[in-house]
Amino acid sequence: MLGLAVDAVFAMICLALGLAFYRLAQGPRLPSRVVALELITSLVIGTVAVYAIKSGVEEFLDVAIVTGLLGFMATVGFARYIEKGGPRND
Amino acid sequence: MTELLTTALLLLGGGLMLIAAIGVVRMPDLLMRMHATTKAGTLGAALTVAAVAVHFAEAAVTARAAAIILFIVLTAPVAAHAIGRASYFAGVALWQGTTRDDLRGKYDADNHTLYSGLEGEEDPD
Repeated sequence: MLGLAVDAVFAMICLALGLAFYRLAQGPRLPSRVVALELITSLVIGTVAVYAIKSGVEEFLDVAIVTGLLGFMATVGFARYIEKGGPRND
Repeated sequence: MTELLTTALLLLGGGLMLIAAIGVVRMPDLLMRMHATTKAGTLGAALTVAAVAVHFAEAAVTARAAAIILFIVLTAPVAAHAIGRASYFAGVALWQGTTRDDLRGKYDADNHTLYSGLEGEEDPD
């Protein structure tokens, strides 16, 4: 039952990644893309967690920690760039 | 029992992440998209990490999973606030059905000053 659930969750995350990537490519402006990127970070954390269960290797959790850190830093950096960045063309 | 709990947490987390992704595509403006991603996406990731903790049932794994969940739950609102504030000040259009915008006219885009609306009033003390 767990194996089936793992595969189902992988399918859900794949679909979710596709939808988030659509928003990342579509825009309409930079903040929407940043929000999509943040969602993709969350989805990658979920993927890593599900893969840790599937493979039985607990060390994959460290990857999730680093991904979470990177996603937060990227979002705050983008926010600062959008707020103080001056004129731009997106 | 453990397997049942792991399965339930995984499916719940996966479903929430899928809902977040549907929301980010379907919602009409940026703030509504953030409404979908920051809550459903965060909870979805946190629940899948919790499923890992339940599945392995070891102290070291549980501690790391708890640290990840704590980190996600602490940083997601901060990041959402930062990006929402920045996008409003950058002039991203709201949905045309928006009925209330309390910040309208209170931000000076030239010198990045945010007015509270109480500048001209007497100090009560």
